[in-house]
Amino acid sequence: MKAAVLVFPGINRERDMARTLRLVSGKEPAMVWHAETALPAKTDLVVIPGGFSYGDYLRCGAIAARAPIMDAVQAHAAKGGLVLAVCNGFQIACEAGLLPGVLMRNARLKFICRDLYLRVEHSDSPFTRGYNAGQVVKVPAAHGEGNYTADTDTIVRLEQDGRVLFRYAAPDGTLDPDWNFNGSVNSIAGITNEKGNVLGMMPHPENHVEGAIGATDGRGLFAGLVDTLGKAA
Amino acid sequence: MIARVTVTLKTGILDPQGKAIEGALKSLGVAGVASVRQGKVFDIELDGADRAKTEAALKEAADKLLANTVIENYRVEILG
Repeated sequence: MKAAVLVFPGINRERDMARTLRLVSGKEPAMVWHAETALPAKTDLVVIPGGFSYGDYLRCGAIAARAPIMDAVQAHAAKGGLVLAVCNGFQIACEAGLLPGVLMRNARLKFICRDLYLRVEHSDSPFTRGYNAGQVVKVPAAHGEGNYTADTDTIVRLEQDGRVLFRYAAPDGTLDPDWNFNGSVNSIAGITNEKGNVLGMMPHPENHVEGAIGATDGRGLFAGLVDTLGKAA
Repeated sequence: MIARVTVTLKTGILDPQGKAIEGALKSLGVAGVASVRQGKVFDIELDGADRAKTEAALKEAADKLLANTVIENYRVEILG
């Protein structure tokens, strides 16, 4: 795996992400400043981490989505390169048009900072092959704008094509509005693009990878990526 | 030239902030408030005097950055 973690002004989860990539893959990721115009040679995974790029000015992710490095990310994604976009990264990916839809203010208007449960919808993806379909994983979330929405046609296409990889669920995996903390349509927590090589998700799997923290449920996502990229190489 | 771009949420898009403001106005007893939708206003100074070119530039600005056209509409006005 040759990962590149993008760094924008106001991002604050890039070091958690780098630490996790190092821990799971055994390789140091490159940290790539937003003003760069190219990714390091042979990058096979681009990670857009969480935080508050540009202080969430204008709309969350709107300004970062137009940063110079994003042309290279678009080209990487267009060639089928993997992109993992977490939290603010998901917002940036939507604003950049890498993923459809938009992340609105949480329906209950509250910033959510807690562990929550995700149901893995299927494991036929580079991002979920480390899990089983229907498995429930506990990961933390920390966001104020994670309420996923899109027009009806887009939602229908996402659902029909199996592009919803994660949903907010109760600990037993049932879908329950009380556990859909931010009010997302169909409890959507993570989606891919049409080709399945770009994943956007609001929760932070990178923060639950070490036993000392109390849970390691996030590890499967990164282990799956290492497995995918190891096989490809 | 001075222009104003107004960005508003499309009809049907849930606006929790607008709802909260609406609730606050009602609790203040402001008479006759039926509903509130929150939007954004950008006042922009531009070089040049060509009205058509200015309008085209503002439209580009709105499409590329100021509005997310998935959920928002915008209106461009030249103020003078």
